Amino acid sequence: MAVTGILLVLFLFVHMIGNLKIFFGAETFDHYAHWLRTIGSPLLPDGWYLWIQRGVLTFAVVGHIVAATILAKRARQARPVKYAHRPKVQASYAARTMRWGGVIILLFVIYHILDLTTLNLNPHGVHGEVYRNVAEDFAPSRWYVTLFYTLSIVAVGFHLRHGLWSAVRTLGQQTAKGEWIARVSALVISVVLVVGYLSVPFAVLAGLVD
Amino acid sequence: MVTYDVKDISPDASFLEMLDVLNEKLILDGDDPIAFDHDCREGICGMCSMVIDGVAHGPEKATTTCQLHMRHFSDGDVIDVEPWRAAAFPVIKDLVVDRTAFDKIIQAGGYITAPTGAAPEAHATPVPKKDADLAFEAATCIGCGACVAACPNGSSMLFTAAKVAHLGLMPQGQPERDTRVIDMLQAQDDAGFGGCTNMGECAQVCPKGIPLHLIGRLNSDYRKALRNKG
Repeated sequence: MAVTGILLVLFLFVHMIGNLKIFFGAETFDHYAHWLRTIGSPLLPDGWYLWIQRGVLTFAVVGHIVAATILAKRARQARPVKYAHRPKVQASYAARTMRWGGVIILLFVIYHILDLTTLNLNPHGVHGEVYRNVAEDFAPSRWYVTLFYTLSIVAVGFHLRHGLWSAVRTLGQQTAKGEWIARVSALVISVVLVVGYLSVPFAVLAGLVD
Repeated sequence: MVTYDVKDISPDASFLEMLDVLNEKLILDGDDPIAFDHDCREGICGMCSMVIDGVAHGPEKATTTCQLHMRHFSDGDVIDVEPWRAAAFPVIKDLVVDRTAFDKIIQAGGYITAPTGAAPEAHATPVPKKDADLAFEAATCIGCGACVAACPNGSSMLFTAAKVAHLGLMPQGQPERDTRVIDMLQAQDDAGFGGCTNMGECAQVCPKGIPLHLIGRLNSDYRKALRNKG
């Protein structure tokens, strides 16, 4: 869980930085999207790096889901008879919603790829015109897309708030002070990512990206 | 769940004494008394094991059921009492569960191999104060199983972590440090406990306040042990 999760968080950071390039205008953003296809060139043919990265990410996602499924299954087997009286556990909302939050995030990722990678569900849907694809995707009339995007990103934020510190603990963090640092860092990183990702659709809504 | 009326309970009675009063009444009425585990009744043996209103050992922090007093409840309260619920702790009767699974984990590595005989001179093996303190903190685990009862995953990670830390911090525990953590975790998995997802419920209910970060120590020891094993 920890290793695959950290891989995915690293990707989220790079992806967010790429997204923020939208604020530098259509030309810069489209150029950046094109550049992604040329990474590794001339060592690798165009687009190869992207496919390697997609392979690694798919591997991480599958590994993450397999580990989560094993844990969930073991948890169910470990307590066949449930408590009749069970108050809400003290752990954070984030910790309690890891499993269903993860499912929501997976559904979102599938939609997100169909929307902005393969462009099947995109209202503009022209390869290479990334800026317009995004701008029309989050147009005010498509408020439900923005709403779903917002909820999903917030779900990612919650997932990381528990996931990041939990990963650090799994990898051997073992002092009380370190635990505090890990928890605060996880919260800060989650907030930064959520704000970074949400800035794009809300900038479209506010007319900053047009 | 069966509902019993219990009358005339002193606020200074412990939770177990309240159950004693109820049981005496049940016996006088010709009913079966409620079976529950208890031994020392001074919070050190780890026998008393019940989930009170959904919380292992009840609402008071760092308190075993025997040390929980009725003054923490109000007259007329309906109190739900359940046994530890875990596949690895089968219910024997009423509130009594079989905690042999913990013994299996201990047998797998919760010991040091040393020649017995007269007690060695206390200062023969120096132990840094910091390590001694943390080892002692871990060693206060009484193996009651509240961590498992509270864990949403039914995991015994805090128990195993406490044992691994308490022996692993001592010079005497070093020769078996690697095999200990590997074998104890294997025994834990074999016993049917769940996996840890760092929810932290265990440390919240632990009557001895075993700190959650010991689980990180176990994880670190486990990783090093696997690496040393090659």
